[in-house]
Amino acid sequence: MTNHWIDLKNSDVILAIGCNPAENHPVSFKWIEKALDSGAKLIAVDPRYTRTASKSDIYAQIRPGTDIAFLGGIINFALQNTMIHEEYVREYTNATFIVSEQFDFQDGMFCAFDDQEKTYDLKSWAYATTADGKPKRDMGMKDPKSVYQLMKNHYKRYDVDTVCAITGTKKEDYLKVAKAFCGTGRADKAGTILYAMGITQSTHGSQNVRAVALLQMLLGNIGIAGGGVNALRGESNVQGSTDYGLLFHILPGYLKSPEFDNVDLKAYNEKWTPKTKDPKSANWWGNTPKYITSLLKAWYGENATAENDFCYDYLPKRMGNYSYVKIMEKMGKGELEGLVCMGMNPAVGGPDSMAAREALGKLKWLVTADLWETESSIFWKRPGVDPKKIQTEVFMLPAASSIEKEGSISNSGRWAQWRYAAIHPVGDSRSDLHIIDEFYKRVKALYLKQGGAFPEPITKLSWNYGNGHEPDVHLVAREINGYFTKDMTIVDKDKTLEFKKGDQVPMFKYLQDDGSTVSGCWIYCGSYTKDGNQMARRDLADPTGLGLFPKWSWCWPVNRRIIYNRASVNPAGEPFNAKRPVIAWDPLEKKWRGDVPDGPWPPMKDDKEGKYPFIMLPEGHGRLYALDMKDGPFPEHYEPVESPARNLLSRVQSNPVVKVPKNVSSDTAKFPYVGTTYRVTEHWQAGAMTRSLPWLVELVPDMFVELSETLAQRKGIKQGDTVKVTTERGSIEAVALVTSRLKPFNVQGRMIEQVGMPWHFGYAGLATGDSGNVLTPTVGCANTGIPEFKAFLCNIEKGGKRA
Amino acid sequence: MGISRRQFLQRGALAGAAIALSGKPGEASVDAPELRTKGLKTTTTICPFCSVGCGLIVHTKDGRVVNAEGDPQHPINQGALCPKGGALFQIANNENRLQKVKYRAPGSDKWEEKSWDWALDRIAQRMKETRDKSFKKTELNKKDSKEYVVNRTDGMAFFGGAGLDNEECYLWTKFARAMGVGQLEHQARL
Repeated sequence: MTNHWIDLKNSDVILAIGCNPAENHPVSFKWIEKALDSGAKLIAVDPRYTRTASKSDIYAQIRPGTDIAFLGGIINFALQNTMIHEEYVREYTNATFIVSEQFDFQDGMFCAFDDQEKTYDLKSWAYATTADGKPKRDMGMKDPKSVYQLMKNHYKRYDVDTVCAITGTKKEDYLKVAKAFCGTGRADKAGTILYAMGITQSTHGSQNVRAVALLQMLLGNIGIAGGGVNALRGESNVQGSTDYGLLFHILPGYLKSPEFDNVDLKAYNEKWTPKTKDPKSANWWGNTPKYITSLLKAWYGENATAENDFCYDYLPKRMGNYSYVKIMEKMGKGELEGLVCMGMNPAVGGPDSMAAREALGKLKWLVTADLWETESSIFWKRPGVDPKKIQTEVFMLPAASSIEKEGSISNSGRWAQWRYAAIHPVGDSRSDLHIIDEFYKRVKALYLKQGGAFPEPITKLSWNYGNGHEPDVHLVAREINGYFTKDMTIVDKDKTLEFKKGDQVPMFKYLQDDGSTVSGCWIYCGSYTKDGNQMARRDLADPTGLGLFPKWSWCWPVNRRIIYNRASVNPAGEPFNAKRPVIAWDPLEKKWRGDVPDGPWPPMKDDKEGKYPFIMLPEGHGRLYALDMKDGPFPEHYEPVESPARNLLSRVQSNPVVKVPKNVSSDTAKFPYVGTTYRVTEHWQAGAMTRSLPWLVELVPDMFVELSETLAQRKGIKQGDTVKVTTERGSIEAVALVTSRLKPFNVQGRMIEQVGMPWHFGYAGLATGDSGNVLTPTVGCANTGIPEFKAFLCNIEKGGKRA
Repeated sequence: MGISRRQFLQRGALAGAAIALSGKPGEASVDAPELRTKGLKTTTTICPFCSVGCGLIVHTKDGRVVNAEGDPQHPINQGALCPKGGALFQIANNENRLQKVKYRAPGSDKWEEKSWDWALDRIAQRMKETRDKSFKKTELNKKDSKEYVVNRTDGMAFFGGAGLDNEECYLWTKFARAMGVGQLEHQARL
């Protein structure tokens, strides 16, 4: 989230699209209701009439996977009716930038597409530059090659009638949404967009998110109180686990994991440190060398020196894509020997579950660490298989629960909050910290004793977390924050700061690229300082009244509660909305008031030191037009890979950059209905954490499939009947739930029915049932690889066994 | 006991508030038997389910969780919880919780109970064998037909982390990369 949960109360219009906070983030609804009590409007855009929809002022039904058409139409509405926040767009976004002559878009395709490789040449979308190397701009936004004009041209095709024919939304509902949300384009109004997996789980998921961001920038809604682009994240610490780089392409703090041709630290820095020739651009990623060097110092300690490139050589270098789906494919081919799952359940949580379970049987060894038996840990005795034929060696380690250990987790609003151990781990269970510590120490001991393939990255790793039986979590947290490796004097403007070797680094602007600082995750620098553990703070002061609670826990970056907050003020530093100022420049004292500003510099207008507000981009301006997306600079509507409809906007049916696998079918004679997955309040994710809790099992004991009254009537299905749902991947059995929450869509004059289901179930635990993901396809987003769980084609029949 | 003027005023204000709530002085305790959690050890925690980050108070007695409820001081949930958060108690008190290390030999149809030492030694051995066998010092890039140093272990993958604490995530990524594991992924990719 750019903003945070309590900030929802500051909103005038809340647009929930592809999320269902009333059921999936229930307590957040407290803050939505607070806004509603103050006169705000809630808009729910969802295929299903959810509990969020039931509390909304406007509900718009949307066919799964058509979000870009929906949002593109709103973007068009804002542009055509001049409802945008003009000053914001002109000053803070790249609307004024001129794009290279080469750029072109024709009938669903951007220029420079390689049909063989299914890739675009991103260079052809670059900005045009001036002689001094800065992007060319037209402050009047009239140039036909300006981003503003290109964007206007791109989205004029998204007229209301075309959009509604694609999305299946009723025109009158759609117009209500457009009017209400675009009404927040005024400086004194705030609109927020909330989204979750309905947006990301798509073959064009990243572009869905971009469409959200684009709309928010046009309306001047990023950086302000009650605004923002707010991803409602699914797990308690999925924000933290992403921050710490548990993905193939990143290291902690969103540093890129090195690629094969980043042959040394210099080449790495060259590749991943963006440059700018514009002195008004803060270009924060220009600090990359400081952060990667501090990370290498945290990992290799005294062994990491300038002479040996800070042990950069020890990091693995990637060549290709090792995203989840690719790893599972490789496993399925028997090309992987071992897998360790720390609280993850691929037998239920990923797409095409049957294939995933088969793949686990191709492993030589599997380690799981969990609170319970999961479908993954007992895959070898799942229904319908003979354990004798499965040769995988399985270790199931009992893990401690969240109240049996100490540490921090980061919520969706980036608040890192500290938890304490209430009891000892139950039975022989151990914390994951302890388990990982043991993995490391035992592997290291083996390498020291026996040698082996390139042992140095393991034997020289710095791993100093106390002499106790278990690692001291505070020492880990202190290393993450970082400390000085020698006595330092730092001159910061008018202050001279003295630090001793071993002192905690107070904030990331003091991190260095010469080895004099350690920091395990630069964005968390400031979380554990000389003043102690900031994440454990419980001070309820709220000086701004906006609900920022600056002394409750700690949030990254630098305890800034609303990011991009320099965009909440005009170039002179005066809040756009004087009633809800996030920050404001005090010209007399020459300092900012309110939230921690996005950098200490004076307002943008200041000739000498002013900076643009979008500090993470080298051009400093929010990107209406993107330069680094694999599937185009503007979000463009394509159908999901399995779709009952033809693309009405172009001849390109689905995302041209996505390679479609074999077991995908758009044969609507065989699979006439749109299938989608969702979650319920009472269960959680793959179900291990809830399907063994008797209270929750009593509330929702069975797997079910939801269908409309019209479809039920046509198929002769009654409430409670057993039904069978089939896709190209497989079939499941479940209890029929016939509701008026699901309605068919009018798609290009045809009524298309939909079938919905939760994905929480499986064969382990107290409450069991078939897994929704048996049905979902292994095809993902062009940019992230996140699978298209939300839109597939299926059939439903009464009774019957699984196929 | 000495009492400052400031403390006296504070207490007076509290007593006043109690009277305001109960109507008449002295009636407050008539229908309110002492809470069963009174005097128990309390710890604060954050809910392990969704990402709202609600606070809870956990009451323990003799090393067992006897109650878990919403933390009224927490600024986000102000004491409220959803059904999942409200069921936290049953995570700690649950007969299905794994209590022992279990091992399933290749081709076997049952779990065997093992000690941590035995299992961890064997896991470390498996990790090392797979690493040694599948470690790639260099890899050929087809585009320029050049060999590049990659120092990567391709024979194993590490999954998970969204349910781990930050400090655990950090050690997990540190360990994974030191092992040369490029195939490190978790729930954020789904």
